[in-house]
Amino acid sequence: MGGVVKVYRWELAKLAAQKRTYLGVGAAILVPIAFVVALVLQKGAGPTDVPLGRTLRDTGLATPFVVLFFLSIWGLPLITALVAGDIVASETHNGTLKTILTRSRERGQVFAGKVLASLTYMVVAVFAMGAVALVAGTIAWGLHPLTSLSGTRVPVGHGVVLLLETLGIYTVALAGVAAFGLMLSTVTRNSAASVVGTLMFALLMQLLGVLPGTESIRPYLLGTQFDAWHGFLRTPADWAPVVRALWVCTLYIGIPLFAGYLVFLRRDVAGE
Amino acid sequence: MSDEPPVVARGLVKRYGDVVAVDDVDLTVEAGDVYGYLGPNGAGKTTSLRMLLGLIRPTSGTAHLFGRDPLVDGARALDGVAGFVEGPRFYPYLSGRKNLELLADYDGRGARLRIDEVLDLVELRDRARHRVGGYSHGMRQRLGIAASLIRDPRLLLLDEPATGLDPAGMRDMRDLVRRLAGEGITVLLSSHLLAEVEELCNRVAIIRKGRILYEGSLARLLETASESYRLRALEPERARLLCLAQSGLDDVVLDGDEVVFRAGEQAVADLSVALGQARIPFTALVPSTTSLEELFLGMTEGEPDERPAEAVA
Repeated sequence: MGGVVKVYRWELAKLAAQKRTYLGVGAAILVPIAFVVALVLQKGAGPTDVPLGRTLRDTGLATPFVVLFFLSIWGLPLITALVAGDIVASETHNGTLKTILTRSRERGQVFAGKVLASLTYMVVAVFAMGAVALVAGTIAWGLHPLTSLSGTRVPVGHGVVLLLETLGIYTVALAGVAAFGLMLSTVTRNSAASVVGTLMFALLMQLLGVLPGTESIRPYLLGTQFDAWHGFLRTPADWAPVVRALWVCTLYIGIPLFAGYLVFLRRDVAGE
Repeated sequence: MSDEPPVVARGLVKRYGDVVAVDDVDLTVEAGDVYGYLGPNGAGKTTSLRMLLGLIRPTSGTAHLFGRDPLVDGARALDGVAGFVEGPRFYPYLSGRKNLELLADYDGRGARLRIDEVLDLVELRDRARHRVGGYSHGMRQRLGIAASLIRDPRLLLLDEPATGLDPAGMRDMRDLVRRLAGEGITVLLSSHLLAEVEELCNRVAIIRKGRILYEGSLARLLETASESYRLRALEPERARLLCLAQSGLDDVVLDGDEVVFRAGEQAVADLSVALGQARIPFTALVPSTTSLEELFLGMTEGEPDERPAEAVA
């Protein structure tokens, strides 16, 4: 366990020294700011066709939910793929896999450290987005009670709890994207291919969900789990999509990670 | 401490599709050896070293380092072992020191405490704060040695450590290897340069097209390579005829305006006298250093009993 922690800490240090990390987290921070600034300048009504869009100008508390709705489709999957698709493949690119695999750490420890670091980066990006959106929205429109999807009023304190729960369950779904990216990163050994492939996977999962005839499998698509948080915004909270997201995502996270792990354990490290 | 030899490889084979990169390689490196693994580029040296370090899986055969198999024992098999294959590689966006700190943390066992010492040894202390991305080839090579030494190894595996270095860098690298060997570290060094191996190593294995042609002491190898000489005379054709008539000279051929032949020292001394008596002026009569390629040709075309039977089977 100590070995994994050491690898994990160095993976974080490596992420902190790389531009792409700041590109990803930076985008997660800048998008909500740009969103709020645009709406303030625009003056008209908020987006009416998204959850909470109608009440956007009533309270800053609605901002992170609306921004999450927009970013959940491809913005955050891309931000996630940017690191998850790169974190193993970049070792190939730099030729450093042989450097770290000839030390005193097992391959499994190295892989585990990379998985943890990718997930940490993803959590940081999602929660940074939420925090910045909340602050920007509050500056623009003040902090007032939220109107839930069921039409009831939610006090500010409870609204913040709902926001944390929302970001939490969304992060679980997004981890399915990260896991797929880690697998591609391990298998393809190519950073660009893995990042693009991971984003394509996330988009395909959502596209499948809107095609006619996919109703029966729709509850089990990863894309559907991206919307599980809508359940929190009902009164009383609808836990069914949340619970389903938890176990469905366990599969979407577990299977690619296990596959990537096996490949990483057995792969030949040659010419890299 | 283990009494097992630092390196024992038996029947190592690595196939990539139809290509056999390494074909039934046996290597034995004893404690205290400076072992030269000699062969032209593409002969299978690096692939062999990768198998020793557990980076790639042999198609068949086994490799043991101090009695431990990297495929079975994982990273523990590399206890006391350090080195690099195909040039050391580092994170370009981290400083030299940060790279070493990372690897030291991967190693544990006080490796961090040795960082300053090894940076001094490879003369990189002044540049350690700079990002590796800006390092020259020679500096990366030295950082590779430093990264190996923080493991406090008993066995160093170095893949072409002097390749790409300027003459001064090569000399420094060889001095360093000699010094480390002097401190009791067993060294396995791959090279395509005979001179380098001759200078540093006591035992060698020669590999060509994935097969071991020779394994044993360097001294014995050099005895088997018969000396070749070059004679530059003002009348090359007359000189050649004289050489043909001399006893003790073999394989006499005219190469441009030089006569090339194989002979022992006494026969060469006799030849110089004969040239004088025949009044054939000559400007040079020199041993031509046996190149690795010539040595290979000599080995592959020589008598079969010059090679260990099992290595050519």
